[in-house]
Amino acid sequence: MSNVLTNITLRIWRQAGPAVAGRFETHVVDEITDEASFLEMLDILNDRLVTEGKEAVVFDHDCREGICGTCSLMIDGQAHGPQRGTTTCQLHMRRFKSGDTITIEPWRASAFPIIKDLMVDRSAFDRVIESGGFITAETGGAPDANLIPVPKPVSDAAMDSAACIGCGACVAACPNGAANLFTGAKIAHLNRLPQGQAERWGRVESMVETMDEHFGSCTNHGECEAACPKEISIDVIALMNKDYRKAKFASRKDLARQ
Amino acid sequence: MSLTEELLAQNTLSLDSKIPAGSVETKWDAYKSDMRLVNPNNKRKFKVIVVGTGLAGASAAATLAELGYQVDAFTFHDSARRAHSIAAQGGINAAKNYKGDGDSVHRLFYDTIKGGDFRSREANVYRLAQVSVNIIDQMVSQGVPFAREYGGLLDNRSFGGAQVSRTFYARGQTGQQLLLGAYQQFSRQVGLGGIRLFNRTELVDVVVVDGRAAGIVVRDLMTGEISSHSAHAVVLATGGYGNVFFLSTNAMASNVTAAWRAHRRGAFFANPCYTQIHPTCIPQSDESQSKLTLMSESLRNDGRVWVPVNPDDNRPADQIPEGERDYYLERLYPSFGNLAPRDISSRAAKRAVDRGQGVGPKKNGVYLDFSDAISRLGRDVVEERYGNLFEMYERISGENPYDVPMRIYPATHYTMGGLWVDYELQTTIPGLYAAGEANFSDHGANRLGASALMQGLADGYFVLPYTIGNGLAPLLNKPMPGTDHPAFKAAEQEARERFQGYLDSRGTKPPDHFHRELGKIIWEYCGMERTQQGLEKALSEIPALYAEFKTDLRVTGDSSSLNQTLEKAGRIDDFFQLGMLMCRDALDRNESCGGHFRSEYQTDDGEAERDDENFAHVSAWQWGGDPMKPVLNVEPLEFEAVHLATRSYK
Ligand SMILES: Cc1cc2nc3c(=O)[nH]c(=O)nc-3n(C[C@H](O)[C@H](O)[C@H](O)COP(=O)(O)OP(=O)(O)OC[C@H]3O[C@@H](n4cnc5c(N)ncnc54)[C@H](O)[C@@H]3O)c2cc1C
Ligand code: FES
Repeated sequence: MSNVLTNITLRIWRQAGPAVAGRFETHVVDEITDEASFLEMLDILNDRLVTEGKEAVVFDHDCREGICGTCSLMIDGQAHGPQRGTTTCQLHMRRFKSGDTITIEPWRASAFPIIKDLMVDRSAFDRVIESGGFITAETGGAPDANLIPVPKPVSDAAMDSAACIGCGACVAACPNGAANLFTGAKIAHLNRLPQGQAERWGRVESMVETMDEHFGSCTNHGECEAACPKEISIDVIALMNKDYRKAKFASRKDLARQ
Repeated sequence: MSLTEELLAQNTLSLDSKIPAGSVETKWDAYKSDMRLVNPNNKRKFKVIVVGTGLAGASAAATLAELGYQVDAFTFHDSARRAHSIAAQGGINAAKNYKGDGDSVHRLFYDTIKGGDFRSREANVYRLAQVSVNIIDQMVSQGVPFAREYGGLLDNRSFGGAQVSRTFYARGQTGQQLLLGAYQQFSRQVGLGGIRLFNRTELVDVVVVDGRAAGIVVRDLMTGEISSHSAHAVVLATGGYGNVFFLSTNAMASNVTAAWRAHRRGAFFANPCYTQIHPTCIPQSDESQSKLTLMSESLRNDGRVWVPVNPDDNRPADQIPEGERDYYLERLYPSFGNLAPRDISSRAAKRAVDRGQGVGPKKNGVYLDFSDAISRLGRDVVEERYGNLFEMYERISGENPYDVPMRIYPATHYTMGGLWVDYELQTTIPGLYAAGEANFSDHGANRLGASALMQGLADGYFVLPYTIGNGLAPLLNKPMPGTDHPAFKAAEQEARERFQGYLDSRGTKPPDHFHRELGKIIWEYCGMERTQQGLEKALSEIPALYAEFKTDLRVTGDSSSLNQTLEKAGRIDDFFQLGMLMCRDALDRNESCGGHFRSEYQTDDGEAERDDENFAHVSAWQWGGDPMKPVLNVEPLEFEAVHLATRSYK
């Protein structure tokens, strides 16, 4: 049964644009049912702000089902808030209680410049994928799908890392702003599959190097894994590092003979 | 004379569907061998704009770029990876017959025609079934991790409206994995320079010069700047319009603007009243709710739908004895049972709730119960099949579906209607194409589960890349209007004024208020059951609310920086206009078919009653200068390969 939460104080980061200074703004919301999602609470606040002639708080969101990776809020210093394995949009107010003060900030990472208020630019992720996060298979030439059997454990492991939603929580949670969990997840997905073998070594080299151009370096804090709403294991980083070392230090011809 | 013939005589345009001659099995091959080609070296002389980077858009853009065309791709999302397609859970159909259970291209074709209640175009549907097998091959070679059996081969499951197992899936995240596959292929082309990507950029108008699509006008969402882009061909792969209902399972930003603006420039809008209400969604919990969440139809493979026989039975589910439960789908439709098609299952749920048999605190749901499956298969197997869906349900509802049955209720999910296209997926504006959910082509009056992903990818990978070439070949080395053409300048100016107008209206209510109210009217009168009286009421209430929208809207902020309130205002304006057309279309279609159920036209046992004599046609609406004055054109549907039959799932 639903309860009504009262007197919730929100400290929200407001910033008019990328180049200007931001600040916290405080708003109190009264009367929110605990069935509401966190973002619905912000919708209610925004409707009120607009009605009062003020600008709505800008935040990114779309599917509200935890799958598109668009929502991206730091809630009380935690990427996506207090509930493990949960995106911001899937967080519900029943996690909070009346009288709480909640601090809401955007992702903070040098690779993710703030666009406005709580919205950041995550295009650096796209650059990483463009540099090699694919299997070259142009439309039309594919063989029958069952000609490439994939052992179930391999396929399941590939799926575990392919579950990444590209939200950027890993980068936001990392003290160095590193994107190793994101990049490692895509490499682990593709490099594990038989279809991904042809480009395995070139893929890892080019993706790691593009990642290094945009993001900070990983020093094994492990915060990324804790923040990942899809609970992707940090093992993918080890796999990426192993493949990267191999790609760098062994000659391609030797690798081809393995 | 039948009504179809009478209307046909009044068409303002001859709607040529360009269906190739020959038997349905040979049409597509015949088309491909007869079509005009563009020589590989000449392809780079052509620019194609693709709006939308969902399954249909990303696959089309990637393939066109691979062929050598210059592609400019637009999305209002921050990245091509995020489109609404990502949320599809259950799976994608293909006539692979890997299970050896009697599937074939013909059977998938027939199931789709029948599922659509005989209101789709045979030739398109047959082609869809044919290329379905190529989609799976293509996606697997790109590394999409579809579910597999222990031997390493691909696994399948069943979906509503089918008696074979032809649905491929990747856990409960099929849309995500397919979209990421297409996105990766797309990204490769961005990296290679074959595609220029314009993200956070929204189409706000389509520009037509001398009767041909010449380009688009867009708004940069970050800066508010309005600008133009010209091209030899424009593809709209901009998704469906389910958000006209406000509450739906669609992503929050999904909207009709691209299709609607094209409509206003001359593209006909077909069958807008064909909307799909999905039977398995989490019931609404309160007024502040912003969207509804789908629980994949695949759950109906193992879940059993029931309500208490006695409306006053308030006992917890597990204390209601078997004999006092009504497994109404199994009772009414014994051969399809819990896998009856969506429109039928949804109406059955609505009727149960309307009879007072609903369950849950608001009595607004029915049970979807897994206890039998758990005792038959074990909790592990159920968890392996549906684990992430169960988790999602628990996060939203606060209840654990391993212990208590899920509560579900129908919600708006998909729109079969959309821009009218011919066999080549070209709209009534030459040079303007529509793909994926944005067009009307393949699903008739009701779409079968796992067929939207199939259609989006079929259009993008295997249809458009051929048909666009056929359209471009004669344009080689001909001059094309550039963005300095007065038509572009005029459209830009119009767009600027429109957005400034929202800011200037200085009323009292935020855009969401109007959206919510509009949604209520449409849900009430143009939802699961429609009546003449209700639709007439809607057609007087919507224009009144629209007038209020125009004077009492409040949009804060400005038009020169990111402004989500302003974006919404523009989208809702278009939803209003579309809403009027939907109700008009529903009012005109004096029959029941698929998702369009007019209470006046039903059989004694409450099933949809079609009128093939008078309504075996596509209603293609032309913009008449005012949203209340659309002009009807019809395309008669001819059935050669299948017999028109009453749909029965009993
Ligand atoms: C919850 C859910 C589950 C589903 N599950 C299944 C399933 O299991 N199987 C199945 O087959 N189908 C399923 N569907 C349906 C299916 O997901 C969609 O029909 C399909 O993905 C639509 O793809 P699309 O490419 O046509 O459009 P979309 O994925 O909606 O993409 C639209 C694109 O257009 C862009 N766009 C739109 N308007 C503009 C504009 N004005 N300017 C610029 N860009 C614009 C957007 O940014 C986006 O990139 C499901 C749908 C929902 C809601
Ligand atoms: S809005 Fe899509 S993951 Fe949160």
